[in-house]
Amino acid sequence: MTVFIIRRLLQSAVVVAVMSLLVFVGVNVVGDPVDMLINPEADQAEIERVIRDLGLDRPLHEQYGYFVVNALQGDLGDSFIFGQPALQLIIERMPATFELAIAALLLAVVLGIPLGVLAGLRPDAGWSRTIMAGSILGFSLPSFWVGIMMIMLFAVMLGWLPSTGRGDTVPVLGVEVSFLTRDGLSHLLLPAINLSLFKLSLVIRLARAGTREVIHQDYIKFARAKGLSETRVVLVHLLKNIMIPVVTVLGLEFGGLVAFSVVTESVFAWPGMGKLIIDSLHELDRPVVVAYLMIVVLMFVIINLVVDIVYSILDPRVRLQDTKA
Amino acid sequence: MKLHRFLIGCAIAGMMAAPAWGEGGTLTVGLKAEPSSIDPHYHNLGPNNSMAAHYFSRLVEQDDKLRLLPGLAESWQPISETTWEFKLRQGVKFHDGSDFTADDVMFTFERAPNVPKSPSSFATYLKGKSFTKVDDYTLHITTERPYPLMPVDMAQVPIISADVGEGVTTGDFNSGMAAIGTGPYRFVEWVPGDRLVIERNEDYFDAKPEWERIVFKPIKSGPARVAALLAGDVDFIDNVPPVDIARLKGEEGVQLSQGVSSRVIYLHMDQFREDSPFVKANGGGEIKNPLLDVRVRKAISMAIDRDAIVDRVMEGVAIKAGQLLPEGFFGVTPNLSPEAYDPEGAKALLAEAGHPDGFELTIHGPNDRYINDAKICEAVAQMLTRIGIRTAVETMPKAVYFRRASRGGPDNSPEFSFILVGWGSGTGESSSPLRSLLHTYDKDRGFGASNRGRHSDAEVDTLIEDALATVDDEARLALLQKATELAIGRNQGIIPTHYQVNTWAGRKGLSYTARADERTIAMGVTSDR
Amino acid sequence: MTVQAEQRPGSGLEAEPRPDDVSVETPFRRFVSDFLESRIATAALAVFAVIAFIALFAPWIAPTDPYDLAQVSVLDSHMPPGSTAFDGRVFVLGTDGAGRDLLSAIFYGLRISLGVGVMSGIIAMAIGSVVGLAAAYFGGRVDTVIMRIVDIQLSFPSILVALVLLAVLGKGVDKILIALITVQWAYYARTVRASALVERSKEYIDAATCLALGHRRILFRHLLPNCLPPLIVVVTVQTAHAIALEATLSFLGIGLPITEPSLGLLIANGFEYMLSMKYWISVYPGVALLITIVSINLVGDQLRDILNPRLQK
Repeated sequence: MTVFIIRRLLQSAVVVAVMSLLVFVGVNVVGDPVDMLINPEADQAEIERVIRDLGLDRPLHEQYGYFVVNALQGDLGDSFIFGQPALQLIIERMPATFELAIAALLLAVVLGIPLGVLAGLRPDAGWSRTIMAGSILGFSLPSFWVGIMMIMLFAVMLGWLPSTGRGDTVPVLGVEVSFLTRDGLSHLLLPAINLSLFKLSLVIRLARAGTREVIHQDYIKFARAKGLSETRVVLVHLLKNIMIPVVTVLGLEFGGLVAFSVVTESVFAWPGMGKLIIDSLHELDRPVVVAYLMIVVLMFVIINLVVDIVYSILDPRVRLQDTKA
Repeated sequence: MKLHRFLIGCAIAGMMAAPAWGEGGTLTVGLKAEPSSIDPHYHNLGPNNSMAAHYFSRLVEQDDKLRLLPGLAESWQPISETTWEFKLRQGVKFHDGSDFTADDVMFTFERAPNVPKSPSSFATYLKGKSFTKVDDYTLHITTERPYPLMPVDMAQVPIISADVGEGVTTGDFNSGMAAIGTGPYRFVEWVPGDRLVIERNEDYFDAKPEWERIVFKPIKSGPARVAALLAGDVDFIDNVPPVDIARLKGEEGVQLSQGVSSRVIYLHMDQFREDSPFVKANGGGEIKNPLLDVRVRKAISMAIDRDAIVDRVMEGVAIKAGQLLPEGFFGVTPNLSPEAYDPEGAKALLAEAGHPDGFELTIHGPNDRYINDAKICEAVAQMLTRIGIRTAVETMPKAVYFRRASRGGPDNSPEFSFILVGWGSGTGESSSPLRSLLHTYDKDRGFGASNRGRHSDAEVDTLIEDALATVDDEARLALLQKATELAIGRNQGIIPTHYQVNTWAGRKGLSYTARADERTIAMGVTSDR
Repeated sequence: MTVQAEQRPGSGLEAEPRPDDVSVETPFRRFVSDFLESRIATAALAVFAVIAFIALFAPWIAPTDPYDLAQVSVLDSHMPPGSTAFDGRVFVLGTDGAGRDLLSAIFYGLRISLGVGVMSGIIAMAIGSVVGLAAAYFGGRVDTVIMRIVDIQLSFPSILVALVLLAVLGKGVDKILIALITVQWAYYARTVRASALVERSKEYIDAATCLALGHRRILFRHLLPNCLPPLIVVVTVQTAHAIALEATLSFLGIGLPITEPSLGLLIANGFEYMLSMKYWISVYPGVALLITIVSINLVGDQLRDILNPRLQK
């Protein structure tokens, strides 16, 4: 067991180290941030001062060395543009992204499970086929395009919902959230739906498959035989049993939502980390780009590590296989 | 009777109260770009400087046409060839109640050029000057050579309070702790990416602005800003995209404000390489760079249909250009007007220069820097193609473009042959573009820093240098006009296409004094009432 | 049924079926007839054929060359569908902000989008297949290391992998190809390995090994052809995915450069006009993208159903 965990920890560390090298070195050879930052009236001496101040005159390996040493102490460098720690900028925008991702996740569950169960109960009915066709669309449509269409329909043509931004926020436990104000909620709706579409399709499929499997189990037959109403059978016995796999999968998918929010945030100008990374890429704010990528990579590595360890506890075969090799 | 009037008054007030700016004087402004910091000396950048103007004052202020006005200095004058005397205003209080004196100015000038990690500092305006405090309200500034631009330079540096202390950091300003100025508004809070809030300074030394509280919201995308205005999320927006202007004019509840900017959009041509990388003979062979020939440059200027660019690309929101600054600015010469569109004449001139069948060229330009920049490039390319100069277009994000345009070639030389760029004169006089764009490139003396075509003419250089050392306005004006006439009229050193016109939009009843420096200053937003 | 009649041309002329008619039912024919059983899939295949044709021959069938500046005029910029140009041409789908005929721009855009998608799919398949085969055939340590890398990569969402690579590489056709290949190869590797493991235990491989045939010969002549069916399914799904991903990245402004106007870039260019009610600049390229992706996916679904019943959900 310990061997397994150490092995996986080492692997994760290697992944993070390789990524940091790749990202840092790669990002630092694209473009020249100084030309983006400098006032055009500045002369050569000023340009050279900026290059020196930002540490860009040092050889790349030396810059990387500083980065690693500082990163290990929790300092991912200062933004070229804002002059503030990149980590702080990202953390400031984290609540917005997480709020969006959680809202999308909730929507996927709240809409996806009933639709999936319906489709599973009567697989041959017309509406079941419609639901499944819809889920195929949800899988294949690029989400940025759906977002644009949603803006066109609901914001431009109908004028029901705002097209961009986050709206009013209120602090809850020190974190700014927008779902508690009417204005904020109206801003949240379209992006959350947009982000949830892919996961919604996934939940529908999972719930449908689960329903079709569970419906033939003995305990459902027994419940029916006992004379329980169909509503009760579905709501209590069936739902309880399909929720577990769905929730497990969705928990794992949360990281995916955060990553994919890059697209949704760009379309809806949602002020989260995803928009920050795209803006920073365009403006060559290297420390922020590096910090974002490192944070997200780290997030995934940790999620995967935890999942691996949990699985290995639940299913010793995984562990054995790995240790043998 | 009185009661009756009162009630009607209330009813009207109630109706007026529906828009947000009726209640308690709050104005919500949608901005294209938000500042990168509240520290006024951290980043010498448009959005930072316009924001800082709300809560910090400068010794000298500039009005909408960039004319100089007294700020924290009541008056200024040269007292010798090389020394200027500034008389400071008395009785001015900082937002924290402390008095403003020459010590604050000395402190500011000590700190401003030395902010750590500043991506673009204010040293440009302060170096080569020595400051002497004569008494609490008198300041002497000395330079080595006569320096006419002293008051203009003093209009760029926001004055902070000496009380914030030596070790004040950029972070202290962002948190609001050190954001203590003498401006018409006091800083309340900044949530990056979301909002910046300021409140009226009731003790402001000059005319008090109309709005009690202002909320700035960054909305980067143009269409989104327009949508936010139409939806009533904001009261006022800047940088209205040209495509939307016609539509907004038709909207009942919207009022537009427009003004010409000091930014000229121009073409720069390779004038220093015999073998220019993006100029080819027809069919792609080598050719001696035709852009070295002034007749070819003149032909290019004649081939450009500036009216079409203004009407179709810019949707009528631009003014065609024939020199470095639009009418009304210091240094503008009456002897230069925009080149008339004359494709036949251009072809004839090309033939005379030995290129009857034209040649091949690539125009490079940014696609996210100026209004419709990529489209202007395409339009110019179409127009040149019609006179036989077959022109390809390559546009790229400013992140990549400016580096390559300035020093992407071998030995840090400019990479491209034919480029589209813009230049906004911060000083409001033509000395700024002349020294940066048309003076011979001289890295050590800071001349020609953005002379990406390497135009070079000793006569022009002398005129520019003389002008920059002539304190007498009349004599300087003559020098600047002469330099402009030679560099553009005679040499075709650059080809100006148009001056940008900026558009702001607000709810009906809100008007804005459009500023030539393109800044959005909430003090300039006024209501009809 | 009509399909089957078509498959026996001239059968009506024969008085009685000839004996070799029985052997007409080759695997390929059965595959074709199975595929054509689904009307939706057949229609999707036809649509895709049209799209592929347009993409291949765009320069010859597009009304104008949208990137030849002699044929474009800013005077025609953002005209609505059906407008007439100054020289009398009709812009069926309108023009974009630079005055390009949108229909032509879409044809050229399809060429780029499809080109990038298919090319990346083929290269990724080649790389993935070799790696997957090697893992299955050699097993042991090789297998563990390869599959660990595959697992790690698949644990990251594709958009994140692409984002990292493009942040590092910058823009360009070659760069987006690298990104798309990197995103895809692991799927192929995993698929090929899985089916190769099944095949490897079969007798014909044992026989080949007994004959002392070389590794390469066994791998590519015996093992690979038998792994093809699941591979074909993955190809369709991945190609559609790659096209969508390229469009997304280009839309975000980190994919293809402006000089390679794929459908994603066309949509991005139109986005700024959409709130001004100039919807066509963004909507029509989007519809083209949509039709492409959905038709590929529908074909893929049908292929999966006939080739690999086990994958059916």
